[in-house]
This record gives sequence, C-alpha cells and structure tokens, in this order.
Amino acid sequence: MTGGPDLVTPALLLSLGLFAIGAVGVFLRRNVITVFMCIELMLNAVNLAFVAFSRARATLDGQVLVFFVLTVAAAEAAVGLAIIIAAQRHKDTLDVDSFNLMKW
Amino acid sequence: MTLDAVLFYVFAAVAVASALVVVGQRSPAYSAFALIVTLCSLSAVFGLLGSPFIAVLQVVVYAGAIMVLFLFVLMLLDVKREERPRGRGWALKATAIALGSVLVVQVGTVLAALGPVPGAFRASTRQVARLLFSAPYLYVFEASSILILAALVGAVVLAKSDS
Repeated sequence: MTGGPDLVTPALLLSLGLFAIGAVGVFLRRNVITVFMCIELMLNAVNLAFVAFSRARATLDGQVLVFFVLTVAAAEAAVGLAIIIAAQRHKDTLDVDSFNLMKW
Repeated sequence: MTLDAVLFYVFAAVAVASALVVVGQRSPAYSAFALIVTLCSLSAVFGLLGSPFIAVLQVVVYAGAIMVLFLFVLMLLDVKREERPRGRGWALKATAIALGSVLVVQVGTVLAALGPVPGAFRASTRQVARLLFSAPYLYVFEASSILILAALVGAVVLAKSDS
C-alpha cells in the first residue's frame, strides 16, 4: 500500500460524489437522526479530500487536519445526539420540520 | 491496472452504493448500518492512498465509537420509518443544481491546478505523530482536548432528564 499517484484524481472525484450524496440526504430526509448521519457522510467526504491532497503533495499536514476533523466530529456527534434526545423528549417527534421554535 | 487501483475502485463503488442506501433508506437503523459500510470502505480507500494511521483511526473512532453512539440513540428513541420524503419545490431544485455546479467547478479547478503527483508515498504513524506533537499543531491538540471535555459535560447536561 504505497498509494499509487494515479489514485489522487479518482479520490477527489469520489469525495465530490460522497459530499453531494450527503448534501442531498440533508435536504431530502425528514428524520433528524438520518440528517445527522448525512452530515457525518459529508464530513467523511471532506476527510477523503484532505487525505487525497496529503497524497498529492506528499505532506502530512492533511492527515493531521483529518485527525482534528475526527476529534471535532466525535464531540459534535455526542452533543448533537444529546440535543436530539432532549428535543425528542420535548416535542415527542424526530421530524426536522417540527423543530421550528427559532424560525422567524 | 495495478492491484491498488483495482482495490480502490472496488471500495469506492461500495462506498458510493452504501452512501446512496444511507440517503435513500427510510428506516434510520438501516441507514446507520449502511453508513458503517461506507465508513469502513472509506477506511480502505485511506489506506490505499498511503495513510494507514487515518485508516485505522477511521474504523476505531467513526465506525467504532460514533456509529455505536448513533445506534444507542436509535434504540433509545424508538424511531419510526418516515412516511414521506420532504417536499421538493422548484426553488430547492434550482438551488441544488446551482450549488452542485459550483462544487463541480471548484473540484475541476483544483484538479486542473494539481500538477504532477510524487511517486511512492506512505505516511507512517510515527511521522504523523511527530508532526502532530510539534509546534503549530500541538496547541490545537491541547485545545481539542478541552473541546472534548466541554462536549462530554455538555452532552450529559443536555441529555439528563429534569426529574
């Protein structure tokens, strides 16, 4: 596994595709947990782009950034799921359209 | 085509297919399992791009920790299937097409400016750790530990019932 140089372009295209799929899911799904999973998918697409750039430049900074993205994603998942539990307790539903208290 | 390339395309296809299942599936539990498949095949892609450390981190942190958290919440909340997808107006479609083409143009620009890619490359865990624990990133590392602590306390406070 030395990472062939010809894999950088397909990896970036894969990242583009996964990001687009995740974004479509965020707008299409009603269940707030599924929306949250689609956000995780988009984060992963970004991580893939970082790794591909790290490969393209043969530097390690991209991988360190992926490390921090993973850390923030873990914190975000914990807080986000706690918010979802609190919101479900409050509204008794998981439909994203029902969480409109702060809309104007 | 080399073995690396064949494996890359296989895992990329699995990742895209399971990502489509994540988005297309109405039951959140099935979405979660499909997302685990996506994350594991992405881990293989990371390995093939010469970063084994990130590949292992992906399986341990994402597929291991974060997705288990998701599944716990799904079990806790008694989640139902969605009856119908959200409304798709023409304004939403036009915005999606516009933003999508912006994204495609951005990636195309990057690919055009990429230049020659150096040959064999493999980032060992030791090399990544040396960079992570040296000057600029060390402070970010310490700050992220505070972030994790804050998230831990915040999650407990938010999810605690009032009684």
